[in-house]
Parts: sequence; structure tokens; C-alpha cells
Amino acid sequence: MLADSNIRASGPSPWQRLTRHLMRSWQLLRRQQKAMAGMGIVLAFVVAAVFAPVLAPYPPTEQNFMDAMQGPSAQHWMGTDSFGQDILSRVFYGARSALWIGFASVALGLVVGVAVGLLAGLRGGRTEWVLMRVVDGLLAFPELIMAMAFMAVLGLGMNNVILALALSFVGPFARTVRADVLQVKARPFIEAARLMGVPEREIVRRHVLPNIASPILIQAGMRISIAILLASGLSFLGLGVVPPTPDWGLMIAEGRGFVSMAPWMAGMPGLALATLLIGLNLMAEGLRDALDPKTRGDKP
Amino acid sequence: MVYPSLAMGAHRLWRPLGAIAQTALVLLVVSGISFMFLKLSPGDPVAIMLGSDFSRDSYDLLYRQLGLDQPWFQQYVQWLSRFVRGDWGMSYVSKQDIFEQSVLQALPVTLTLAALSLAVALLVGIPLGVLAAVRRNSWMDLLASAVAIGGNAIPSFYLGVVLIWIFSVAFGWFPSMGYVSPWSEPLTGLWHLALPALTLGAWYVGLIATVTRSSLLEVLEQPYMAAARARGEPSWRVIWVHGMRNVLMPLITIIGLQLGGMLRGAVMTEVVFTLPGLGMMITSAVQTREYLVVQAGIMITALLFIAVNFTVDRTYSLLDPRLRKNAR
Repeated sequence: MLADSNIRASGPSPWQRLTRHLMRSWQLLRRQQKAMAGMGIVLAFVVAAVFAPVLAPYPPTEQNFMDAMQGPSAQHWMGTDSFGQDILSRVFYGARSALWIGFASVALGLVVGVAVGLLAGLRGGRTEWVLMRVVDGLLAFPELIMAMAFMAVLGLGMNNVILALALSFVGPFARTVRADVLQVKARPFIEAARLMGVPEREIVRRHVLPNIASPILIQAGMRISIAILLASGLSFLGLGVVPPTPDWGLMIAEGRGFVSMAPWMAGMPGLALATLLIGLNLMAEGLRDALDPKTRGDKP
Repeated sequence: MVYPSLAMGAHRLWRPLGAIAQTALVLLVVSGISFMFLKLSPGDPVAIMLGSDFSRDSYDLLYRQLGLDQPWFQQYVQWLSRFVRGDWGMSYVSKQDIFEQSVLQALPVTLTLAALSLAVALLVGIPLGVLAAVRRNSWMDLLASAVAIGGNAIPSFYLGVVLIWIFSVAFGWFPSMGYVSPWSEPLTGLWHLALPALTLGAWYVGLIATVTRSSLLEVLEQPYMAAARARGEPSWRVIWVHGMRNVLMPLITIIGLQLGGMLRGAVMTEVVFTLPGLGMMITSAVQTREYLVVQAGIMITALLFIAVNFTVDRTYSLLDPRLRKNAR
């Protein structure tokens, strides 16, 4: 404990350094037009998702067969589907499930992946070998196929989609974390802390985690758009969220059958999905350029 | 896929052997994961096979015949030996041999679609990337980056629906569904696969154009490019022979690395255009809860994935003489 307080007294703590690093990155991020455009798009979708009950002109599952399959009009800005449900309202509510699945599955996969990667990187030896061979095996399955297989075992529904996606993200996260831990572990300040008698848990919390935080954040940022893409893909295949939940993938699947009569049924939710994915990709690219010292100088 | 630490410093013979051993190990883990998946799947396999009406005795008999009374490890070894011999069981929905259904029927469809999409992507992506690099900051460059951003973000199932709407419904140029093998009927087959290949290829076009552009920009700065120009070689030769030769490496890397994305797109493209490939097979098998077929599907895709990664790793030394020299 004495050693601890000594370290704390000498200069900023690693977490303070990380926050400072993040603040600096934020300032760099603000200078990037691409990243800011992406952030604007994502923010608009977040607002639509949070305030869906206020913004949506109709309840998302209100069926009105008199108004089925109408084109965009003053009453229904994005038209109606084959059940006479208002597509604009369903797009707003769809943003909810898309963003929730995206963030939740990445967060869950991140926690488990970081734990596995830390364990492998810090323990080394046999533990590392076994864990990394399992990760290799997991990485040999393409993500979508893996998520589909998990859906077969778990059954349909939103929570299972989150679980299936999270499980298929554990491999990539674990691999990145382990590689970063191995790099950090070799640095002199870790050995110094160890020699000073700082307990292992404290070393991880104060020295390892802050130093691997930004590569993990970059990867998490990239994964969110993949998660949303995969989730809507699962619903499109009929292996994800179940109707009548307003979900973009489901809406596109339904609209596919009516593409000659009512192209807006698939067109509108697809447009929303593509726009959100473009926004997330731009944001993730900007985040990477701002946080990664290697690319920082390259792009203005 | 390859761990240099194990092969480093070893005799040159050990290098490929080490890679093969690593791959074999990954295959073993993959088979273990697939087997666990089958064991984890809900439902009683015996009850499913017997149908709704059966006696206690016939249940016990089948239970023993399937080896379910034996320990897990023994079950795994038996399953693996049957799997290696191609005895994958019968599908109770299609009443077909699963090996025949998946490897002989579905796999060629997916491979044909993937190959055609890759061809489309290379034919469009490479020239686009080269033009974007040579005429930097022109409208061509802008187009290339727009295609890259759009191709990366527009999901293939959505793009497929949009292409159907434009080219099948509005213009009526291409069919919106159905599969005819281009190997037996080239023209009809290609006509049926045109929209699917365009859908799946679009995702790759942007990626290939981006990589081509950025690598070529780097290569253009190299002294050997100036040397080639100084020798008076025509500019097309400078770019396409001296330049592109050095762009091939990063290009092949990215094509190999992004195969997962290709398979993801292939599954969705097959479902949009109702092509009877692996993606379609796995999707309907998950819906009807046919775990044996799902398992066959995930094993095949994993094997495909591993095989491509392995080949991509091997190709490096063929393309880059510097790596070859080090290996010897």
C-alpha cells in the first residue's frame, strides 16, 4: 500500500494520462470533417431512437388495412407497408433496436474478449496456448455463419441476437488485447512497478488497461457498424428479431416480396440502415485516425 | 494463421511443415467447436429422428445405435471419423445425404457466385483505383472514394433488393431469382448470376479500388518508377507492369483478409436471389432446426476460410522474391 501511494504522488496517474490523451484526441477529431459528419449522422439517429415515441407520428405497430401499401404522402412521409403500418414511425423505432443491439453486443463481446485476452497475455504459458488455440478456432468461422449457428442453438429474439453477436466478437477482441498486452508487458515501467511490489491486480488496472484502451476503443468503434449490419442481416434472413418488432432488416425482408408494387417498403428502412452505417464508418475511421499515433500525421 | 515464432530460425523444410501443423491444429479446434455446437443444440436427436410416435424400446435401441450412451470424448472421435469419411448423415427434411446436399450441390453454387463476384470486383476495382491514383484529386478519385464508402456501408441484402427493383422490375433486363449453372449453360447461367455477382462484387469494388489507389500512390514515388520512365517506356507499361506488380501484394492480402466479408455477403445475396448455395442451405436449416445440416454448413465455411488463408499466406513468397530469398 505504501508503494501505491508513492506512485500516485509522483505525477499524473495513468487514468489521468488516458483522459488527457482522449481529450487531445477529441480535439484532433474535431478537426476532421469526415469524422464530424459521421458523428452528426449518428447523433441524428440516436436522437431519433431516444425520442421515437415523441417523433413518430403513429404507433409503430398500429395496423390500418384501409391504408395498406400507400406511397409516400403528407399523412405518411415514407408510405405504409402491407399491414398499413406507418413506415416512418417504424424507421424511428427501428433505430432503437439497431443501436441497442449494436452497442450492447459490442460491449458484451468487449468485456469477455478483454478478459480472455488479458488472461492469455498476462498468464502466458499453457493458459495462453490453450486460450489462443480456442480463439484461432473461433476466428476460423466467419462472423455471420457463427452468429447464425448461435441463433440456431439459442432461438430467436432480440436478447439472443445480442448474445450471438457478442459471442462471435469475443475472438477478434481477445486477439487484439493479447497482442497489445504482450507489447505493454515488455515495457520497462511494468517491470519497475512489479519490482516495487505493486500487486498484479493494480498493475493491470493502472498500467496495462490504460495503455491498451485506445486500440480497444478503435476496434470497438469499428465493430458497432459490423454488429448493426450483422443484426439486420440476421433479421433479414428470418433468424433474428421476431415480428412485429420494428426492425430494419425485417422490414427490408418483407419489402423484398413487394418490390414491384411498393418499392418504398424496402427502400426506406434500407436507406436508413445504409445512412447509419455510413455515419458509423466515418466516425470509426475518424476515431482511428485521431487515437492511433501511427496515422495521426497522415491525414489532415 | 501462421505463427512466425514457431517457424523462426528453423530449417527451411520446417517452415511449411510448421504451417501445416498449425492449420491441422486449428482444424481440430474447429471440429471440436462444431461438435460442441451439435451437443448444445436444444431438442432430443433421438426423438426428432423417430418422429411423434415411438416406443420406449425403439428409443433405447436408437439411443445406443447413435452412441449417445458413450462418453462425450468417444462420441466426438466417432463423429470425427465419420465426418472425415464423408458420412455426414441424412437430412430429415429433404431426405437426402447431407454430404451430397452440401458439398456436391450447395458448395459449387456459392463458389461460382464468389468467383464471379471477385472477377467483377477486380475488373471494376483495379482500373478505378489506378485511375484514381494517376489522376489524383480528380472526379475519378472522388468517385472511387464514394464507391468505397458506399460499398462498405450498403448491406448486400439491401443492394440486392434495389438492383432487383431497377434491373428486374423497372427495366426487365435480368431475372430476379433462380439459378442456372454457368458451367453447363454458360450464357443463361451468367445471365441469372449477373445481378447477384454485381451485388456481392460491389462490396469488394470499393475495397480493391482503395487498396490499389493507396499502394499505387506509394509505388509511384519509388525510384524504379522514375527509372522506367527515364528509359522511355510508355506510360501504360510503367503503370501496369512496373507499378501494378508491386501493388499485387497488398491487394492479395486484403482479398484474403476480407473473405469473411465475402462469405457474409454471399449468404445474404443467395437468400435475396434465392440461389441454392451454402448460405441458403444454412439459413433454411436454422429455420427448420436441422442441426446436422447447420453443422455441415459451418464446417464447410470454416474449412473454406482456413484453406483460403493458408493459400494467401503461401502466395506471398511467390509474389515477393525478397520473402523467397529469406526462406531459402
